[in-house]
Amino acid sequence: MAISFEIPENVQQMTQATAFMAQTYMRPYSRQLDENEHERPKEFVEAMWPILRDQQKATLDKLTRPANGDGEKKKRSSAANLRLMLLVEQLAWGDAGVYLCLPSAGLGGFAIEAVGTTEQKLRFLSRFAEGDKPVWGAMAITEPGAGSDNSSMSTTAVFDEATNEWVLNGEKIFITSGKLALEESNGLVVVWATVNKAAGRAGIKSFIVEAGTPGVSIGKVEIKHGIRASDTASIVFNNARIPADNILGSAEVQATKEDKGFKGAMATFDASRPIVAASALGVGRASLEFVKEKLAKNGIEIPHNLPYHKLTAIQRDVLEMEAQWKAAYLLTLRSVAMMDEGIHNSLEASMAKLKAARACSWIAQKTVEILGQMGYSREWLAEKWMRDSRIAQIYEGTDQINTLIIARRILDYTRRELA
Amino acid sequence: MVSFTPTDEQQLLLDTIRRYAVNDMRGAAHEADEASEPAHDVVRTGWQLGLIPSAIPEELGGFGEMSALTGVLAAEELAFGDLATAMHVLTPALFAYPLVLFGTAEQRENWLPLFLEERFVPATAALLEPGIFFDPYDLSTQASSADGQICLNGAKAYVPLAENARVMLVYARNVETGSVDAYIVEKGTDGVQIEKREQMMGLRALPTYRVHFNNVVVDASARLGGAVGSDFTVLLNRSHVALAALAVGVARASYEYARDYAKQRVQFGKPIAQNQSIAFMLAEAAIEIDAARLLVWEAAWKLDQGEDAAREAYLAKQYADQMVLKVADAGVQVLGGYGFIREYPVERWLRNGRGFPTFTGMAMV
Ligand SMILES: Cc1cc2nc3c(=O)[nH]c(=O)nc-3n(C[C@H](O)[C@H](O)[C@H](O)COP(=O)(O)OP(=O)(O)OC[C@H]3O[C@@H](n4cnc5c(N)ncnc54)[C@H](O)[C@@H]3O)c2cc1C
Repeated sequence: MAISFEIPENVQQMTQATAFMAQTYMRPYSRQLDENEHERPKEFVEAMWPILRDQQKATLDKLTRPANGDGEKKKRSSAANLRLMLLVEQLAWGDAGVYLCLPSAGLGGFAIEAVGTTEQKLRFLSRFAEGDKPVWGAMAITEPGAGSDNSSMSTTAVFDEATNEWVLNGEKIFITSGKLALEESNGLVVVWATVNKAAGRAGIKSFIVEAGTPGVSIGKVEIKHGIRASDTASIVFNNARIPADNILGSAEVQATKEDKGFKGAMATFDASRPIVAASALGVGRASLEFVKEKLAKNGIEIPHNLPYHKLTAIQRDVLEMEAQWKAAYLLTLRSVAMMDEGIHNSLEASMAKLKAARACSWIAQKTVEILGQMGYSREWLAEKWMRDSRIAQIYEGTDQINTLIIARRILDYTRRELA
Repeated sequence: MVSFTPTDEQQLLLDTIRRYAVNDMRGAAHEADEASEPAHDVVRTGWQLGLIPSAIPEELGGFGEMSALTGVLAAEELAFGDLATAMHVLTPALFAYPLVLFGTAEQRENWLPLFLEERFVPATAALLEPGIFFDPYDLSTQASSADGQICLNGAKAYVPLAENARVMLVYARNVETGSVDAYIVEKGTDGVQIEKREQMMGLRALPTYRVHFNNVVVDASARLGGAVGSDFTVLLNRSHVALAALAVGVARASYEYARDYAKQRVQFGKPIAQNQSIAFMLAEAAIEIDAARLLVWEAAWKLDQGEDAAREAYLAKQYADQMVLKVADAGVQVLGGYGFIREYPVERWLRNGRGFPTFTGMAMV
């Protein structure tokens, strides 16, 4: 290995193609979808479904392909996570809310990848790999009483031996694409629930709930500050019955401290936090490019060869915005490159997500300030990007929760030692 | 392929420097700072790491491995040990590297073998100028030419090791072209007046000087790169990334010290690190150090690819300048009253760290 920032040729091509999609199928509808909150981004969904479906199919085909003749499969370094990061960054540049409407397994897919058996991956993910109609997946952890402290969740899963089924009861809130997954397509939701509240974290397991399951209903559909095109819904479980083998991973509640079920959720975050970071970067870059373009039109260039005392306040601001964006981008790049190399990246994933979310919110807010009344006006998209960027500091662990995770790691502290 | 893993060779070098930083530099740093005197034996050991010889071309007896990336990796590790000694050991590069990059065959043959010697040979460069509002592209030191000779006039500040330097590179505005050129000036040249040592808030163990050039006449062949000249922007970029890497090293020193201290210091019945307000400061420091390092690596990597890295180098330097102040400041805060006492290194790291926005041109990879 050697330190390198070289993006492989084929990934660069993919990135360019995605930039075109974002420009064509997202930007033109951005304002309209923001103003009409629960309207669906049809053009985008139709354009993306065949691509994402075929990608998912290719991934699943790899699972079923027999191992190489020589037995030992050569471990080729992949760029899968890098690809995804750059794809999402481009799409979020197009529109962060619309990006979240991607017809795919979504966060649910991350969970199935992280915890599911091969058989489960094939069974649950194939719906995202076939057919003409788009399908959505979602992931449900948050509850009214369990947000940052999601291990205190109270949705229960009780095993009914008579019917060989799990019975779910409780309410999940703020679920991205929850309605799309359960009501508007033949999708699924990965639901985290406790099989034994007394066991704490060890009792938390994840379950696949498919569209059409009796006893599952969509409750409130939220109206939001930003990412308005994205569907955020609550899901109510009222004696919802699902097959015994819809549990991801093992049903055992380990007597040891090995809280594997919950660790599954955490492993999901190692993969998904860099992607949230990427989505923040996309919005940040949209703002930054826009403000630079407007400044250039007004004769203001942003130099990189002047000392501090020769820079105007605006130039200083924009240079700082650029540096912050780049720092966040590089932290994110590192977190995905580590995944691709098979190196454990929990710390780096949290760092990337925290930095990117914070930096890009600030960039978007600064853009509104610099552009003055036009920044504030709904005529331009700057104000929308400011609202869209803000969510990255809240979901997938708030800024504070990610700081806490980082602090525990660098200090080598347990949850009890640093609460 | 994107990767953040150094080569095995680089890792080996890093391990060696780390041992030197911890075993030699750290032990001597406080006394050297108090005495405002370099730790000469530590400098000698540092020189024997062979960092500069490795960048000198093979045909001149070096290893021909001039890499900005290897350079920044080494610089961070050295500054983690002690900034003053790190800059001392690296000062000859201020003269040698521009020659490797832009020197004429004659300049390289004349001077570069000097740095293959076993013992430390002081050589330096003079870029900064006295006063506030320094702009490297708008120097007041001037070079004018007449009859195949060049005449230098002006004043320089913060010239490291100037008093003992066998030779120095002087940056000046070429009055004919307006561009910034560098000139090789040997020790003892008429008109070079070295004032007494400068006194600074930090970096006290590194001798730096104000130097005056009063009608200093050198041969036209003393211009770096001869008739072709040199590219000042490239040199400045390489200096920016070197300094930014040193800043990362200082910040990491402070952060690691504060982190370990916070786990030991007990107040209110538990280690202070078990309070979010302390733990979060440390987490913040960890992120910012990594962020700055990645900016440095990317800029250095681009330089090694021969790409235009001007923007990257500039942003990396600006980012690291602010980062090191923030992190070193947090280091002092974590130690409370002890942080203010000179026996504890964090206050030195704050004094040293604050200097980075000023140190333009004082290091090179
Ligand atoms: C648009 C949107 C989409 C979402 N999508 C999903 C989804 O798809 N699936 C899903 O499961 N969830 C989803 N969420 C939920 C999201 O993950 C939670 O809102 C988030 O984790 C915070 O939980 P909370 O809202 O209950 O805030 P709280 O946990 O009540 O936090 C309130 C404040 O207290 C701080 N805080 C809490 N605990 C600590 C602590 N120990 N130390 C320091 N500070 C602390 C927080 O940082 C925050 O500032 C979504 C939310 C939104 C808004």
